[in-house]
Amino acid sequence: MPALLEIRGLTVEFATSRGTLRAVDHVDMDVAEGEVLGVVGESGSGKSVSMLALMGLLGSNAKLTADRLAFAGTDLLTLTPRQRRKLVGKDVAMIFQEPTTSLNPCFTVGFQIVEALKEHMGGTRKWRRDRAVELLTLVGIPDPGARLNAFPHQLSGGMNQRVMIAMAIACQPRLLIADEPTTALDVTIQAQILELLTRLQRQHNMAMVLITHDMAVVSETAQRVQVMYAGQLVETRSADELFTRPRHPYTAALLSSLPEHAERRARLATIPGLVPGIGDRPVGCLFSPRCAYATDRCRGERPALYRDPEGLARCFYPLDDSGRPEGVAA
Amino acid sequence: MSEAAATPTPQTEPVSAPLTPAREVWLHFRQNKGAMVGMYFIVCLVLTAILADVLAPHSPIVQFREALLVPPAWQEGGSWRFILGTDDIGRDILSRLIYGARLSMIIGFIVVFLSLGFGVVLGLTAAFARGTVEILIMRLMDIMLALPSLLLAIVIVAILGPGLFNAMIAVSIVSLPHFTRLARASAMSELTREYVSSARIAGAGTLRLMFRTVLPNCMAPLIVQATLGFSNAILDAAALGFLGLGAQPPTPEWGTMLAGSLQFVQRAWWVVTFPGLAILLTVLAFNLMGDGLRDALDPKLKR
Amino acid sequence: MTVVMEAKGVRRYYEVRKGMLAKPAVVRAVDGVSFTLEAGKTLAIVGESGCGKSSLARVLAMLEQPTDGELLIDGLPTLAQEPDRRVKLRRAVQMVFQNPYGSLNPRHTVGRILEEPLEINTDLSREARAEAARAILARVGLRPEAYGRYPHMFSGGQRQRIAIARALMLNPRVVIADEPVSALDISIQGQILNLLMDLQDELQLAYIFVSHDLGVVHHIADEVMVMYLGRPVEHGETSLLFDRPAHPYTRALLGSRPRIQTGDKTPRKTLSGELPSPLRPPPGCAFHQRCTFATELCTRDRPELRQVEGRAVACHHAETVLAAAA
Repeated sequence: MPALLEIRGLTVEFATSRGTLRAVDHVDMDVAEGEVLGVVGESGSGKSVSMLALMGLLGSNAKLTADRLAFAGTDLLTLTPRQRRKLVGKDVAMIFQEPTTSLNPCFTVGFQIVEALKEHMGGTRKWRRDRAVELLTLVGIPDPGARLNAFPHQLSGGMNQRVMIAMAIACQPRLLIADEPTTALDVTIQAQILELLTRLQRQHNMAMVLITHDMAVVSETAQRVQVMYAGQLVETRSADELFTRPRHPYTAALLSSLPEHAERRARLATIPGLVPGIGDRPVGCLFSPRCAYATDRCRGERPALYRDPEGLARCFYPLDDSGRPEGVAA
Repeated sequence: MSEAAATPTPQTEPVSAPLTPAREVWLHFRQNKGAMVGMYFIVCLVLTAILADVLAPHSPIVQFREALLVPPAWQEGGSWRFILGTDDIGRDILSRLIYGARLSMIIGFIVVFLSLGFGVVLGLTAAFARGTVEILIMRLMDIMLALPSLLLAIVIVAILGPGLFNAMIAVSIVSLPHFTRLARASAMSELTREYVSSARIAGAGTLRLMFRTVLPNCMAPLIVQATLGFSNAILDAAALGFLGLGAQPPTPEWGTMLAGSLQFVQRAWWVVTFPGLAILLTVLAFNLMGDGLRDALDPKLKR
Repeated sequence: MTVVMEAKGVRRYYEVRKGMLAKPAVVRAVDGVSFTLEAGKTLAIVGESGCGKSSLARVLAMLEQPTDGELLIDGLPTLAQEPDRRVKLRRAVQMVFQNPYGSLNPRHTVGRILEEPLEINTDLSREARAEAARAILARVGLRPEAYGRYPHMFSGGQRQRIAIARALMLNPRVVIADEPVSALDISIQGQILNLLMDLQDELQLAYIFVSHDLGVVHHIADEVMVMYLGRPVEHGETSLLFDRPAHPYTRALLGSRPRIQTGDKTPRKTLSGELPSPLRPPPGCAFHQRCTFATELCTRDRPELRQVEGRAVACHHAETVLAAAA
């Protein structure tokens, strides 16, 4: 069965005053109908940029190339920007991290929802207004009729995020991209929003790409996970597998640096060094300067994505079940 | 995987040579062709002003009785002795323009120095003091802004008496509100930033906070306004001179030169045109440079 | 152990103007916080936005004066008037802020940023100041070249190191850390937390650690104070609170945390509703509208802090909550 979203070899480069920055480096991604894919990474991993590129939201200084970029079988690379907008605006929706600034502060919440409906669904004014109230109820906003006339600054962060979600699902998209949807929210509101997202996802059989840096959120919500580092895809497999038996050293290091995995007051495991920037991209594996198990081969050669029974890992010596690299003496 | 000692050893540094904020601004500025042209023009102007004594072929006030209204050298009747011609009482226009450049630079510097200096102090005080002090200062500025600037300048000069120095004071006063408002707005937005709280926690008193902590971060819009203010000052002083309220004859100030020569527009176009052209080009150059500065300083602000 | 900081009924109210003619409303940002803090210990202040933890941090850092109540540092009340006592108090408490991209003056070099506290509060010579700054740079794990660089040349984690270095310049007794690692990547958070813990052991620093991240709090704090709408609702030893919370809000906070789970995922019990407006706090217990244990009593009587099973909790039904967990 063809995937709903198929991305092969996506590369995004930015022209900056200090040279070309490759924010996304030949990334592949597949999302099936109704699936929840978690994309995990830290800053500089390219997780947000890749999705913004898909949605056509990057600025003019970004150069996007891909071997394949297809949604529901349609090749997006052959469409004009206008056609792409029409397709993407309706069937693919995106919600962002900062709910209060993602909404237009000059217009009421109702106006913004109705605008989205008008663009993609048509219908009469009354129908649109009723649908807006319906959507606000669906996302759990109390007193939706009155709330239509509220401005974003009059609502809390959690409420605004619900409004964003309402706008996103207004046109019944087949794919929802959620870029750090709960990072800016309090933990109790986070839980509410995540529960709302998973409920909506199940009810409408909507595929979801959940971008986050929070591994725990991903483990609870996603079926498959992709780990990104410095613009590259370094590991992908099912969520259960990733969290019990990560194969890429970066994933393993990331998991072990969580405070939950350390004893109280003990020193936390850390990953020394920094994510490579513009001028210091390693010749070999991008993670090799920071990897505990790096060899000369790792430092000189770029690994490809290698298939193992459960997924893919970009490593010459992926970790085995005991957490040590295969093929390297203990 | 634990760190080695306290220093994470394989720490990759930013590779490019450390750029001071000033160098970064210069790199951005350089990319703007118009701004660079403006800058070169101004540099030439400043050099002209400094080297006026050497460059000018004649004295600006000496009258050559035998050479009244001589046309420019390339026209019929002109001579290379007076390259741009002479005015109605025989003074060499080129020399007057060159010395006028010196005057214009002085006017610009003094006006900007005074209005920027006082404007910053007033604006910062308003931002820090809040309450009644702020209200007083800002409403005073509002009153000044409500009056047409040239009218206000005329009134001030009328009180102080005509003359170049009084014209400069008048123009400084008229430019003051712009700097005050900018300084206050900038300072107010910087005051919410955490580095100000950080300085307070270090024990910084109000004066230090105002001038050492906050002011350096407000400089961007102030520098742009100062550049544009320079040309405004020249223009306003020229307007006052044109009205007879600024520099008095025989001072070779460009505006005053224009004032005395309108009647010759048809007979001797060069007497009017060259001072006007000088004003035009100078103002244009400053505006181009000011725009370039604004763009160059903006990405820094966004950081 | 020596007590370095003591708060007694600290309150901080703000007046909010509601138009030119209406009477200003009062926001009780901090409404009665008391604690003692010993050298070498960490007290975490936990809560969500609007609970008053940031206002409390500002009062403890002496950026603002408490509206009521008393704050003592090293036994000295902070409402001191004598100038040299103020200087002494100022040196005793320092702060590290949340935002690594806003807490360092973009126009100053790192060296100047570090030396400023010394310049203001001591009369050390320029060479002595520079030496002190370079020593601290090494202590927090930064290269000596950092001295002459500007903040924008550093990553978030490095900037937090600079911020910590600056906080140490005056040899404080208490460091108030307001969400110091929240804005950092996970792999960098560990580095900074390790640094903070090392410094605490070495210098016997006391920390007030304001955070919303319960995982970090559990790791680093000795005592935890949970705040809701300006008041402490539970206060006690970390392990005790995390293992057996006695207040329904603490319970909800702990339950709302995402945990790494594999296999059958147990859905979290989410807390419904939102934080009430601080301008119109509910009558009785501020939490009763969202509380599953609330009774009629809770709508009338505001519970005060009382000792239950070794910690202070402000709930009429703390015993029921504890029993329910079993």
